[in-house]
Amino acid sequence: MKKTYSIDVDCAACANKMEAAARKTAGVKGCTVDFMMQRMIVDFEDDADRSSVMSDVRKACKRVERDCEIFI
Amino acid sequence: MNRKQRIMLIRIIISASMMVVLHFIDASGALGFILYMLPYLIVGYDILLEAISGIIHGQVLDECFLMATATVGAIALALYEGSGDYTEAIAVMLFYQIGELFQSYAVGKSRRNIAELMDIRPDYANIEADAGLEKVDPDDVAVGSIIVVQPGAKVPIDGIVIEGESSLNTVALTGESLPRDAGPGDAIVSGSINMTGVLRIRTTKEFGESTVSKILDLVENASSRKSKSEDFISKFARIYTPAVCIGALLLAVLPPLANAALGNPMAWGSWIYRALTFLVISCPCALVISIPLSFFAGIGGASNAGVLIKGSNYLETLSKTRIVVFDKTGTLTKGAFEVSGVHHGTLPDGKLLEYAAHAESASSHPIAKSIMSAYGRPIDRSRVSGIEEIGGSGITAYVDGHRVACGNERLMKMVGAKTIPCRSVGTIIHIAIDGSYAGHILISDTLKPRSAQAIEALRSAGIQRIVMLTGDSHAIAEKGASELGIDEVYSELMPDGKVEKVEYLMASKMQGSKLAFVGDGINDAPVIRRADIGIAMGAMGSDAAIEAADVVLMDDDPMKIAKAIRISQKCLRIVYENIVLAIGIKAACLILGALGLAGMWLAIFADVGVMVIAVLNAIRALFVKKL
Repeated sequence: MKKTYSIDVDCAACANKMEAAARKTAGVKGCTVDFMMQRMIVDFEDDADRSSVMSDVRKACKRVERDCEIFI
Repeated sequence: MNRKQRIMLIRIIISASMMVVLHFIDASGALGFILYMLPYLIVGYDILLEAISGIIHGQVLDECFLMATATVGAIALALYEGSGDYTEAIAVMLFYQIGELFQSYAVGKSRRNIAELMDIRPDYANIEADAGLEKVDPDDVAVGSIIVVQPGAKVPIDGIVIEGESSLNTVALTGESLPRDAGPGDAIVSGSINMTGVLRIRTTKEFGESTVSKILDLVENASSRKSKSEDFISKFARIYTPAVCIGALLLAVLPPLANAALGNPMAWGSWIYRALTFLVISCPCALVISIPLSFFAGIGGASNAGVLIKGSNYLETLSKTRIVVFDKTGTLTKGAFEVSGVHHGTLPDGKLLEYAAHAESASSHPIAKSIMSAYGRPIDRSRVSGIEEIGGSGITAYVDGHRVACGNERLMKMVGAKTIPCRSVGTIIHIAIDGSYAGHILISDTLKPRSAQAIEALRSAGIQRIVMLTGDSHAIAEKGASELGIDEVYSELMPDGKVEKVEYLMASKMQGSKLAFVGDGINDAPVIRRADIGIAMGAMGSDAAIEAADVVLMDDDPMKIAKAIRISQKCLRIVYENIVLAIGIKAACLILGALGLAGMWLAIFADVGVMVIAVLNAIRALFVKKL
C-alpha cells in the first residue's frame, strides 16, 4: 500500500537522510523522498497501521533533520 | 522568496554590514570578542542550535555540526593564539548561509518554473444547468455530461464536440504550436486550449481518466523514479562526509605527534587549522542538490517539447541508447492506407476510381475506405446494385449497369479478365469491367514526410543501428527501408515474432548500450514493455500507450525520437559535468588544505561557488528548444 505525503525540506542531502530514516522505521516496506517535488512516497507493510507508522516516520525524520516537516 | 528565505536574507545583510563596520573599528580584547560574536550569532545561531540538537540525537556528522565545529574551532584558535582575528570564522558562517539561501531560492524558483511549464491542470469545468452555465470542479463531472468550453479556456475533460467550431492550441501537450481544428464529431483531449469559438462537448471520460490527469500524474511521479547517478551520489555523500571528518581528525592529531617524535615543534595550531578547513569542505550539499535538479529540469524541458519521460531512470537509459527498433506502421508510416496510383487504366483514372469506389461502397474494409476517400466525392448508392462479396478475393457489383469486379488476381481469373501485373510494391486492387481488364489501383501505407529526416537525425544523435520490424510483405518492407535509409529490416512478422526479434537484438547488443523500441502503442504494447526503453508515439488520447511506454511522444512526428535522445544526452552530460566538477574541486581543496596552501576562505568560496555553478548548470538542462 503506497501513499504520498507532501513534505518540507530545504536541502537535498537532508532529503536523502529522511529517506534513509523512514526506510528504517518499523512498518515501512519502502520509501522514496522526491526532493524536487517535495514529496515522500511511503510503501507500508500490509498489516501496518498507517497513522501510527507515519508518526514514527515523522519522529525519525525530525531526529535526523530538525528543520523538516511531513504533512500527514 | 518565502518568509523563511526573507528572514535569512535580512540576517545575512545585518551580519555582513556589521562585519564591514567592525573592519574599520579597532576593537580588540574582550570588547572585540563580544563585538565580533554579534554578527556571528546573528547569522549562525540556528546552525549552532541544530548542531547541539544533532549531538543530543547522536547525529554527529550532519552539516550543521560540521559548520559549527569548524567555525567555533576557528574562533577558539583565534582566542588561544590571541590573534583576535575572528573574521575568517564569521565569513565561513556567512558564506555558508548565503550558499544555503541561494540553493533554496534557486531550487524553489526552478521548481515553480518547471511546474508552470506543465501547467495544464484545468481549474474548473462549465456544466450546462437550467440557470445557464455552472462552474464545477472537473472531478465532479460525470461521464456523458455536456460541458461548455469558452474561447481562451482549457478543455478540462476528454470528450466529443457536439456543437461549435474552433481551433485548439495543443502546445502544452505536444509542443506543436500549429493549432488543430475541431468541429462536431471530433474527439478532443483535455489540456488543449480552446482558441476561437465556443465548444459544447460531451465528456467521454471522468477527469481522473482524462489525458490531462494521466499526463500530470506521469510527470509528477517522474522525479521519484531515481536514476543510477542519483543513487551513486547519495551513496557517495554517505561515505564522503565521514571520510573527510576522519581525515580532519587524523590531520589534527598525527602530524603534531610525529613532529614531537622527531623532536620538532609540534605546531598544534597550524594543523588544527588545516583540520578545520577540512570540515568546511566536507559538506556534500553541492553534489547532492545538482543531480536531482538536473534530471528534474531535463524532464521538465522534455515535457515542454511534447516528450513525456516517466522517470529520471528512463532519461538516463535513453541517453545510452545505441539501437533503435521501429515498428513500421504508425511510426514511420502514417498507419493509414492511401491510394498511391492508378495504373494501366483503359478508362480515365478518375472514372476507374469512381467505379471502384461505388463497387466497394458497402464495405468497411480499410482498403475500401481508402479507395472511397481517394475518389473524394459522395457515393450515389442508387447507382450500385447486386453487391456480392467474394471471400478472400474481392467484390463484384453492378454500377450504372456495368458489372464491376474489384479484387485480387484470383477474382480476375474468375471473371475471365487477363491481369497486367504491377511493378510497384503495395496492395494491388485489380478492376475488371464487364469481364475485361480495366487496370489496377495501387494502395500503400505512405511514409510520413519527415521519416527519412528523422532516421538521419537519429544517426547524427549517435544511434549505431536502426532496425525496422513489420508485418508487411518482404517487398513492401524493403522498399520502405531503402527510401528511409534503414539498413536492417525484418518483415512478415507476427506480433509475438516482434517480441522475439527485440529479445534477439537485445541479446546481441554491446554491453552497456541500450535498445529502444518505437511503436504506436496500439498493438505493440508487449514489445514496448520488453525493450530497455519503450517509446510510444502519437499517444494523444491513447491510454494503453501511455501506460505501457517509458517515454511517450505526444504527437506523431518521428523527429521527436531523435529530440528525446538528444535531450537525454544533454541532461546526462550536465549530470556528469556536475559530478566531476563538484568532486574535483572538493578533492583539490582537500589536497591544498592538507598542504596548508588553502585556508578557510578558499574552502568556503570553493564550496559555495561550486554549488552555485552546479545549480546554474543543472538549470541548463531545461533549455531544449534548439536540440
